[in-house]
Amino acid sequence: MAESAGHATCSRTVSILGTRVMRVEDPKFLTTGGVYVDDLRDPRLDGAGHVTYVRSVMAHARVTVDVAAASGVPGVLAVVTAADFADLPPPPPPLGFIPPALARPWLANGVVRYVGEPIAAIVTESRYAGEDVAELVSVDYEPLTAVVDPRDAAGDATLLFADHGSNTALAFEAGSLDGLFDDCEVVVTQQITNQRVAPVPLEVRGTACVWEGSGDDARLTFWASTQSPHGARDQIAAALELPPERVHFIAPDVGGGFGAKFGVSIEDLVLAVLSRRLGRPMRWTETRTENMLGMGHGRAQLQTVTIGGTRDGRITAYSLDVLQDSGAYPHFGAVLPFMTQLMATGTYDIARVAVRTKSVVTNTAPVVAYRGAGRPEATAAIERAVDLFAAEIGLDPAEVRRRNLFAKDAFRLTTQVGAAYDSGDYAGALDAVLAAAKYDELRAEQRRRRDSGDPMLLGIGVSNYVEITAGPEAGTEFARINVKPDGSVIVYTGTSPHGQGHATSFAMLAADELGVPLDRITVLHGDTDLVARGGGTGGSRSLQLGGAAVHQGALETVDRARELAGDLFEAAAGDIVLDKARGGFHVAGSPDDVRGWAEVATSADADAGLIVDTDFSATGATFPFGAHVAVVEVDAETGYVRLVSMTTVDDAGPVINPVVVEGQRHGGIAQGVAQALFEEVRYDEDGNPQSTNLTDYAFPSAAELPDFTLVDMATPSPLNPLGVKGIGEAGTIGATPAVQNAVVDAVAHLGVRHIEMPTTPERVWRAIQEASK
Amino acid sequence: MIPAPFDYVRADSADAALAALREHGDDAKLLAGGQSLLPLMKLRLATPGVVVDVSRAADLAYVREDGDVLAIGALTRHCDIVSAEVVTAHAPLLAHAASGVGDRQVRHRGTIGGSVAHADPSADLPTALLALDASYVVRGPAGERTITATEFATGFLETVLAPDELLIEIRVPKATGEAWGYQKFTRRAIDWATVAVAVQARGGGTAISLGNMGSTVLRAASAEAALAGGASAADAAQHADDGTEPAADVTASADYRRHLARVLTKRALAAAGRS
Repeated sequence: MAESAGHATCSRTVSILGTRVMRVEDPKFLTTGGVYVDDLRDPRLDGAGHVTYVRSVMAHARVTVDVAAASGVPGVLAVVTAADFADLPPPPPPLGFIPPALARPWLANGVVRYVGEPIAAIVTESRYAGEDVAELVSVDYEPLTAVVDPRDAAGDATLLFADHGSNTALAFEAGSLDGLFDDCEVVVTQQITNQRVAPVPLEVRGTACVWEGSGDDARLTFWASTQSPHGARDQIAAALELPPERVHFIAPDVGGGFGAKFGVSIEDLVLAVLSRRLGRPMRWTETRTENMLGMGHGRAQLQTVTIGGTRDGRITAYSLDVLQDSGAYPHFGAVLPFMTQLMATGTYDIARVAVRTKSVVTNTAPVVAYRGAGRPEATAAIERAVDLFAAEIGLDPAEVRRRNLFAKDAFRLTTQVGAAYDSGDYAGALDAVLAAAKYDELRAEQRRRRDSGDPMLLGIGVSNYVEITAGPEAGTEFARINVKPDGSVIVYTGTSPHGQGHATSFAMLAADELGVPLDRITVLHGDTDLVARGGGTGGSRSLQLGGAAVHQGALETVDRARELAGDLFEAAAGDIVLDKARGGFHVAGSPDDVRGWAEVATSADADAGLIVDTDFSATGATFPFGAHVAVVEVDAETGYVRLVSMTTVDDAGPVINPVVVEGQRHGGIAQGVAQALFEEVRYDEDGNPQSTNLTDYAFPSAAELPDFTLVDMATPSPLNPLGVKGIGEAGTIGATPAVQNAVVDAVAHLGVRHIEMPTTPERVWRAIQEASK
Repeated sequence: MIPAPFDYVRADSADAALAALREHGDDAKLLAGGQSLLPLMKLRLATPGVVVDVSRAADLAYVREDGDVLAIGALTRHCDIVSAEVVTAHAPLLAHAASGVGDRQVRHRGTIGGSVAHADPSADLPTALLALDASYVVRGPAGERTITATEFATGFLETVLAPDELLIEIRVPKATGEAWGYQKFTRRAIDWATVAVAVQARGGGTAISLGNMGSTVLRAASAEAALAGGASAADAAQHADDGTEPAADVTASADYRRHLARVLTKRALAAAGRS
């Protein structure tokens, strides 16, 4: 990448950006392992009490709790229930516009609303004892009607929160339904379930905390497995009614979050209270079963799509109706239909669009953000709709897409539902992925198999997608560049990587501007005492905001260093040149006398070195896009689906490190495939979860996935100096509909038009049976 | 994993294990490879007072020829069955079924005796052993007795084993050079079988066994009879689910399991050269 024009006084070197730098964080993870919350051996945590939660086994019931038998057991430090939190108001909901009447209590207060809801907290000397003592807590359940289906919830026959007067938490809408489809030659409608899935981070939730000092000076140090340390700090402070500076939050190594670890959960917050009351440090690490029950789930939308247009393939009208299952206590999931609405039309230029969404509470685990968070749902809906429209008019689905994409020269543009797309080349992405997948040859092979009666049917699925990253509001992020007196550099970022490789990518950004080698640069994050402010990592925001802040900070550091070097040389700053190859400064025209970074930094402050703080503010969100082609084989006798190949274009602008970006794409594609083919969180009609471990929850492994073919494409964004967009969620957005479309395509000639996700063998088999009746 | 509290006893021979079982009776559970017991203890569905660890009982880990029979010690691990030349030569169906149990880690811990004694109807080895006409040698206070694979399992995770008895050996009549077929249907490689079908030809006859088509592994008696009566493999396979009562669960409905049993039987028969 070229240096920006304002810094032409830097001598040119070969840029490290865009090169395959191996991730600097990996040797640790591959050898001794990371230090996660449960691994912490901070001496301040010595003697910590271990917290175990007693969780509801019913979905909806009045409960009476008797803790007497548990309280008297040796080694039990405390057993607490809602009554013990009567003096504290419920923690504020995680998002401001969730109605306060729907706030969740610290612990279930007389009523439980989902299986897994914490009813009591037990503090024991040992972790093991907690599980045994939990069985001694007596909970008397008086069953209430369990509201499991969001359609039942929307009917308000049984209210989860009487004070709110309705099960509807939030609703959004855009566009008018009046005459929407009046001039259409063809109209197709379909109900679609975007099923509930589990985030399944490899590291489950974990928390540790300790109070130090007394009275108004008491300060809480709180470690938790989170994606957003500063947000978590503020959440804890608000819940405890403390100023934020009284909380020191640290996110150690975090083993995956996928959106579900944005902020902290109620089970984390309770520890801060228990620790203060008992005067002891506290620890909590959940089990996998608790994680499946209680961390929250993603997706969970019931959609109705209606799509209309002309017989020659022009789509002119589209409506999307979303019923969002928010689970028992509204969380991010209740708000995500707004993102679904914003991205409803995807990559298509459709004249008339209407979206209606409604988020309802049900007696299930809360629905939280999960990789893609509202955008995969939008893409799945429109991409299924386009295929249904193509099938109805008998045109190739790729060709229908091509006829309706926004043109390359149309950007920047604002869609009918108000999304301000920054840049794109949707037809370019489609053409590139079709060529790489050899689409025409695939169609020929499909025809050959169908004609010969081959029971192993071939299905080809296409999706175009566009998503929104670092949105919906314009974002900002903090960075500090500290050149130490020895010439090494510490980069502080307000983002909070938990697998995304910022320690490598952000160091590359700093190295590129400073001319300091990578092994002299350390990236620090996750500690609210070390990093002044930050938005964390989520919504694919980190590179375009946090990376841009590091880039901006590095440029400002060079500017400041040129002033300092000017003082050393007794020259004007404007005459000072940074020689990146030698890592030092000289006066223009006198390259032999070089003052290195160490000398310049020492001249700023002999102890601290040179410190530059900066905040990068974007003027808007960015819109990565791409196109996926999935190929599946369907066994017509059993309905078994084998994913044969995935070919994808994922354009998030210029790539800083291909190793990191390919990793993000691979993981995202795998999770997208997982939703289409395998995963589903299921509850029975009484609200009992049916998938609380990785045997019953069909989390795929490498054995179920083919190699992925990744096609490169880079269309810069005008909204940040690096031109970059987010890549973290692209795979989950593009892959799911491509795979679902491929499965339907495999059996389309038999008369099948739609199969719900996950497209299990039995569902596919039944669809074939139904169609052949 | 945080199981309920239990005492731990190590028994490094069959006799030591029997002594421990005599001492602790109903309260004891045998731990071999731990691939079935530990998940149940994790969920607190099993809460034994005493875990008797027989995993190091070297006298129970062997594969040897005994005339027309393969004698396999109960503590032989799946991976060792996969690679034993006498098994691949004389009971290739068993070696093949063992190669698909769980994942590599499971195959290096799990034992054939543990799998048989656990009596999960969806498990690979009991399904294969039923088609192979295997029998199981059990030792208890009154000495040894031999039980056929057909009689061994009495219900879901239930067998004829008494609390003070130990499964010590699996005896498999050699099926050298005979055709066989094994069809296991799973969504994921590591899954238990949604349905599994094992076919073993022997002396002109054909045995067909079904995994996960009822509370125990089952012989497909109607299909076997149809074949014996001269029916084509395709026609016989249509009777594979006769008389079965498969479960419905998150993976599959009972109807779909019946359908799979028919399709997989046809395919297993084809693999065994029956058309």
